[in-house]
Amino acid sequence: MRLCDCVDLLAAEVLVPAKDMETEIRVACGADLMSDAMAFACSTNEMMLTGLVNLQVIRTAEMMDVKVLVFVRGKRPDPTMVELACEKGICVLRTSNPMFTACGLLYQAGIQGKGA
Amino acid sequence: MLPVHLQFPIRGGDFHSAGEASSGMKKALSKLGVDPSAVKRASVAMYEAEINAVIHAGGGEADVEIFADRVSIVIRDHGPGIPDVGLAMQEGWSTAPDAAREMGFGAGMGLPNIQRNADDLTIDTRVGEGTALTILVRFHRPAPTAPGPEA
Ligand SMILES: Nc1ncnc2c1ncn2[C@@H]1O[C@H](COP(=O)(O)OP(=O)(O)OP(=O)(O)O)[C@@H](O)[C@H]1O
Ligand SMILES: [Mg+2]
Repeated sequence: MRLCDCVDLLAAEVLVPAKDMETEIRVACGADLMSDAMAFACSTNEMMLTGLVNLQVIRTAEMMDVKVLVFVRGKRPDPTMVELACEKGICVLRTSNPMFTACGLLYQAGIQGKGA
Repeated sequence: MLPVHLQFPIRGGDFHSAGEASSGMKKALSKLGVDPSAVKRASVAMYEAEINAVIHAGGGEADVEIFADRVSIVIRDHGPGIPDVGLAMQEGWSTAPDAAREMGFGAGMGLPNIQRNADDLTIDTRVGEGTALTILVRFHRPAPTAPGPEA
C-alpha cells in the first residue's frame, strides 16, 4: 500500500514528510517497548507504530532502518524529536486512532506483520 | 584507510544523548558502503548495549574498529556487573528501573537481541567492577571503499 494511502486510511497528520509519499509500505510493526520492536529488526519493517513518545523512539527507528514512524492515540512528538527524525530521513505521522485500531486498519488493507 | 577506529563516551542515565555512539558508528559504516543488512545488525546490537550501559551501569565508553570484512564493537562500563549472565540472557528477564521503563526499555530483550544480531558476542563482567561486551558483526561483502582480501 502506498504511504499516502496509509496517511488517508489513518486520517493521519504528516509531521515529517517522506521524500517519496508514493513509496510502497508492505511490512509494519507496533510496539511500546523498544527492544520488543528491535527483536524484529532482522526483517524489514517499513513502518513502526507506537504510543511511546520520546527521543529513543526515533533512535530505535534509525537503528532499525524504519522509514515511517506513526504515533498513535494522538500523541505529539516534541520539536527535538521531529528535528532528529528529519535529520535521519524518517517520515513521522500522527493519528488519533489507538494502537489496536491503527494496526487493524493497516492490516485489513493488506500490510503484513513479520516474525523474526 | 582501514581499520577505522572510533571512540565515543556513553553518559550514564542520560536518555537524551543515549544512542549517539551507535548513531555515529552507523553513519561511519554506511559511509564506507558496508551492506545495509550488516549495518542494521551492528547498529541494533550496539544500540542495545549502549542503552544497557546508560540504564544499568552509569555509562561508560564505546570502542569501535571497522575492518574491510567486519566491525568489532566494545561497550565498557564501570557499573555493578551482571551476577548471573545466563539469567540476564533469557528473554524477558529485566531489572530495569521505572525511569528506564517509562522510556520504553525493560522488556528484557536487549541482550537476546544483541546475541541474535552479532556473529560473535563476548560478555566479560565482574560484580562490583563492571561489564564489557564485545560484539562482532561480519559483512556479507567487503566494504567497497576498502581493498578486498584479494586486492
Ligand atoms: N551493562 C550492564 N550492567 C549491569 N547489568 C546489566 C547490564 N546489561 C544488562 N544487565 C542486566 O541484565 C538484564 C537484562 O538485560 P537486557 O538488555 O536483556 O534487558 P533490559 O535492559 O532489562 O530491557 P530491554 O533491553 O529489553 O529494554 C538487565 O535488566 C540487567 O539486570
Ligand atoms: Mg537492555
